[in-house]
Amino acid sequence: MWTILWNNRIQVAAVILFAVGFVTLLLHRNLIKKVIGLNIMDTAAYLFLTSIGYIQGRLSPVITEADTAAEHYVNPLPAGLVLTGIVVSVSVTAVMLALTIRIYRRYHTLNLDEIYRYVHDEMEGEK
Amino acid sequence: MNVIEIGLLLLIIICGIATCVSKNLMVSMIIFMIYSVFMSVSWAILRAPDLAVTEAAVGAGISSILMFITLKRVHRLREDGSAGETEDEEI
Amino acid sequence: MKKFKEWLRNWDEDRFMFAEDKEMLEEEEESGGDSWRPMTISGLERQEFRLFTRAFPVMAGILALVMILFLLSAVLQLPAFGSADTPPAKSGTIRRYVEQGMQETGAVNIVAGVILDYRAFDTLGESHVLFAAAAAVFILLLFARDPQESPESKAILRSDPILRNTAKVLIPIIILFGSYVVFNGHLGPGGGFSGGAIIGSGLILYDMAFGPDRLNKILTLKSYRIIVLCALLFYSGAKCYSFYCGANGLETIFSPGTPGRIFSAGLILPLNIAVGVVVACTMYGFFALFTREQI
Repeated sequence: MWTILWNNRIQVAAVILFAVGFVTLLLHRNLIKKVIGLNIMDTAAYLFLTSIGYIQGRLSPVITEADTAAEHYVNPLPAGLVLTGIVVSVSVTAVMLALTIRIYRRYHTLNLDEIYRYVHDEMEGEK
Repeated sequence: MNVIEIGLLLLIIICGIATCVSKNLMVSMIIFMIYSVFMSVSWAILRAPDLAVTEAAVGAGISSILMFITLKRVHRLREDGSAGETEDEEI
Repeated sequence: MKKFKEWLRNWDEDRFMFAEDKEMLEEEEESGGDSWRPMTISGLERQEFRLFTRAFPVMAGILALVMILFLLSAVLQLPAFGSADTPPAKSGTIRRYVEQGMQETGAVNIVAGVILDYRAFDTLGESHVLFAAAAAVFILLLFARDPQESPESKAILRSDPILRNTAKVLIPIIILFGSYVVFNGHLGPGGGFSGGAIIGSGLILYDMAFGPDRLNKILTLKSYRIIVLCALLFYSGAKCYSFYCGANGLETIFSPGTPGRIFSAGLILPLNIAVGVVVACTMYGFFALFTREQI
């Protein structure tokens, strides 16, 4: 069991990072800390995906002088997927941070509990 | 080769935990920037140079800049006569 | 269930009674501490609430541990890291992409070939995700001028001479490197996204060093919209064209050309340039909107 974990240590690291990001997202009340936590979870998932595509002792998929045998190159598909993922996670981060600025401008706090309380009061007020 | 890989993985996990544990917002952003630089090095080791360039340019560059600006905007809004939050972690 | 809902509703009131809560604690110490006074209702709820704030991290930790163990048990079933006999490594698609990739797409960098030719539809969707994110940030921040904010927020970044001089040296190199990465997307690692991000950070550095007005001569809000719109229209047009004739061996007027030369990979080079422009403008737009709510 331990040899498998040792062989797949990159995937184990990705799993641990995913949990660290998850805990950061869960535990911190601060909005910006949650954005960082989500980013860590993103990159952990991408690390896991890229390590699946890696094949020992092969080159990166840039064909050199017509040596196109598939045995000499790493699996290019996960790289394509993760490239798309990285750009998407930057876009999501930008939108989240824009929302954080607007929330801060209205409630003057980044602490989620206080924001809930203000929203709660507003709903009470409207009712 | 093996030692670098293990060292890198440990550093990445330590940076991840450090962002979670650190109290100050600015510190956790800087650690996050270091984390994504290490991540882009690990892409390079995993034979995916495309991802290394993109993660370095986009992960360490753009998202960290946006976070720093958000923090700066929040600090400035706080000084502009808003509810006085005292210590940095408070906001 | 009703009690729980009612307890939930006023737990946030407790949240702000902590100051008063501390006196209660001192009170207990003074009165010998062991004389257990009957808890008032709010005291009981406060007790539950304090339990909640103390239990929450522990529960979160346990949940994370359970998740780690669950995922680790999945990792145990994974094939050994880097082994060549895994199903994806032996599958036909990889063989097809790597071996015929260069003839069909003309791209030396197979990943660029996969992204911009075989899986062009996915990258089309991704550029529109980036466009949607830019639109969302526009909606949220553009002209959301807060009257309370100090008027001179425009001059947040007073650029000092050190920044200006290093920027004079660095920006040409950054823009050159970014355009190199964009143009060589199909030859070496890189491509539209990373090159665009590098050019975007070059523009951001220029904006920080020399202030927004000099850049506004060429990149105002109107020109920003036109640039991004034209780039995306061209990008979608070229992709639709390559869906019908060009992808996966359909004959096309853009010959893949001799691999290795810059103008060689059929449609991949113009697509890379279009994506580079979109990403550069979007990244600069994010920065401009975040600092001063207008481009």
